[in-house]
Amino acid sequence: MISNTKEITLTINNKLGKHIVESRINLADFLRHQCNLTGTHVGCEHGVCGACTVLVDSRPVRSCLMLAVQANGLEVSTVENLASDNRLSNLQESFWSEHGLQCGFCTPGILISLTDLLKRKTNPSEEEIRDVLSGHLCRCTGYQNIVSACLKVIQDMKKEII
Amino acid sequence: MKPAAFNYHSPTRLSEVFTILNSSVNSRVLAGGQSLMPMLNYRLLEVEDLIDLNGIQELSGIKQNNDIIEIGAMTRQFEIAESPIIQEYLPLMWKAIKYVGHVQTRNRGTVGGSLCQMDPSAELSLVASAYKAELIIQSDQGERVVSIDDFSIGYMTTALNSNEILKSIRFTPWSKASKSSFIEFSRRHGDFAVVSAACLMELSKNRINQLSLVLGGVGAHPFRITDLESVLEGKTLEEVDLTDLISKLSFPDMLSDKLYPAWYREHLSKVLIKRVLQEAFSTSDNIS
Repeated sequence: MISNTKEITLTINNKLGKHIVESRINLADFLRHQCNLTGTHVGCEHGVCGACTVLVDSRPVRSCLMLAVQANGLEVSTVENLASDNRLSNLQESFWSEHGLQCGFCTPGILISLTDLLKRKTNPSEEEIRDVLSGHLCRCTGYQNIVSACLKVIQDMKKEII
Repeated sequence: MKPAAFNYHSPTRLSEVFTILNSSVNSRVLAGGQSLMPMLNYRLLEVEDLIDLNGIQELSGIKQNNDIIEIGAMTRQFEIAESPIIQEYLPLMWKAIKYVGHVQTRNRGTVGGSLCQMDPSAELSLVASAYKAELIIQSDQGERVVSIDDFSIGYMTTALNSNEILKSIRFTPWSKASKSSFIEFSRRHGDFAVVSAACLMELSKNRINQLSLVLGGVGAHPFRITDLESVLEGKTLEEVDLTDLISKLSFPDMLSDKLYPAWYREHLSKVLIKRVLQEAFSTSDNIS
């Protein structure tokens, strides 16, 4: 007999909560269907497209390749957590101004991965940006404007320091 | 698609893992999930009991004992990429790890998971072959040690029995003076390699003292090209006709598919073998 549900306690976007989840539900579906955090998108469900990328304990991972039960006790952060006080993050603002998205399906995952890059490296090179982007598929932009958006944030940060 | 229902187990001790493994008729252990989860999602695999190893602390970590580097099976791939020990003592692994998937998959993917999956083009299996790694396999009956050559027994198939798990992998570093080279050909960076080649080379007075030469994406699993290793040992690359030696190599049971037929992989293999050898040789401080 297969027992289907587990109780988990985890922090999602800085809020600690208890949830009852089906063992087989992946983290992406749990966030979307049970937490109503539909900013995380589900594309390929086998770890290739990167649309479902979220931060788990401050590292970008594929939420379609992780079970919700595995997030028990961990900290999850989604694209909904990037903006604060109704203000977009600098990277989100730059995606808007540099036309870093068209249909927007891949955008949440890319924002998560690039936000992580900008947190870890103060001055990443274009090559490093493209290396991170190799884990994401975008069928609209050809990546050029996504790279430009990220480079603009880096330029703006430098100006602020000067 | 979504996985079929299963019993989820999250043991914190190894003994609990073996209790479940021994009592279940259809179980799998879950490491980083970067290969197993897609298989479950697509229902290429259905299990009754899924045993999550992520809660077992003793399976993680990079340890240095005497001249051996022992890597716990659940050590994540990003830990390899960020480890000064790996950079210093296992430079070939440190070079190759950047080609294992993407940063987003390396954050969950594990060293042991990759070896147990034994994909023909997996970089970590290739590196394990090059270093002649030893795998520590555990069951409730105790431990056994298996060489990587005996561990990889076929296409995505290892010598692990259903009541066993991979506990750790032991690597013997080469001398500080040795050189390493890793080259992979894939459609995009981070994609599965079509063909990958790597070598470890130790020179003495411009002659190859010791050589390990490996090829991935070609056969059922990565393997060493021992014929060429023995021909080149004791020689310098300047005195041999490398192109001629490589042209004589043949690879039985070459993988083949519509995108990359066997003849193409064979050509690519020979190009990459030459390049890794030349790169390792030329980066050596081979001043006699």
